[in-house]
Amino acid sequence: MSIDLLLFFVLAAVAVGAALGMLFSRNAVYSALFLIINFATVAIFFLLLGAPFIAMAQVTVYAGAIMVLFLFVIMLLGAEQVEGRHRSGWQRPVAVLLTLVLLVESGYLIFIRSDLVLAVAPVASGYASPRAIGELLFSDYLLPFEITSVLLLAAMVGVIVLTKEEKKQG
Amino acid sequence: MVPVSYYFALSAILFALGAMGVLIRRNAIIIFMSVELMLNAANLLFVAFARMYAALQGQIYVFFVIAVAAAEVAVGLAIIVAIFRTKKSIDIDEMSSLKG
Repeated sequence: MSIDLLLFFVLAAVAVGAALGMLFSRNAVYSALFLIINFATVAIFFLLLGAPFIAMAQVTVYAGAIMVLFLFVIMLLGAEQVEGRHRSGWQRPVAVLLTLVLLVESGYLIFIRSDLVLAVAPVASGYASPRAIGELLFSDYLLPFEITSVLLLAAMVGVIVLTKEEKKQG
Repeated sequence: MVPVSYYFALSAILFALGAMGVLIRRNAIIIFMSVELMLNAANLLFVAFARMYAALQGQIYVFFVIAVAAAEVAVGLAIIVAIFRTKKSIDIDEMSSLKG
């Protein structure tokens, strides 16, 4: 077994284990911390796949900003342990069953029915450098990039409006 | 180089776990985190395909997905805070009325 394959399987085990830990921990803070581990491992996968810029964006935006926001809200609300009793007992087995069906289907499509040519194309040395990403972002994808700024502004205004204390009517 | 299909399989597993989290948990914040997990699995698939075809477009898409996810998380958490203020709970079974 080559070192690449070994690295992949260890990291994949960490990623899946962290996802399971997020799903099944009772405390929402632990769930958020498990999710940070998962995001960090996915960032390492991005590095392995030759996407250093995306990997760093993943660490700063996802594992940094977004998860800090999650932790902040969990602690603000004091919602660590809030979890209702499971009144409808049939939902949980059905959910697990549907997830297994989804997994089997996707495994079948990926490994058995795959019409994809799975050869990995060789890449040049400057592939996915921040410079290459930036050149593409500011030429072909300039319009979506500008629209993203409008989206972020709209989200910011929306958050302020949503969390502002409402004035009494009349 | 690890075969790309392994990355597809890992992405499928993470996506399925996220979908299961949305279905089995009752805490709105955990459900939201599961949605983030699913977005992240899709990002992994995008980057794997970008590597496979030696094209950068997939990575540009991931960049936009990350930006949209950041906006979505801010708005979604604000909505959860607003709901918690009125209902004193973020259990999604409690949020069954449209009147608020």
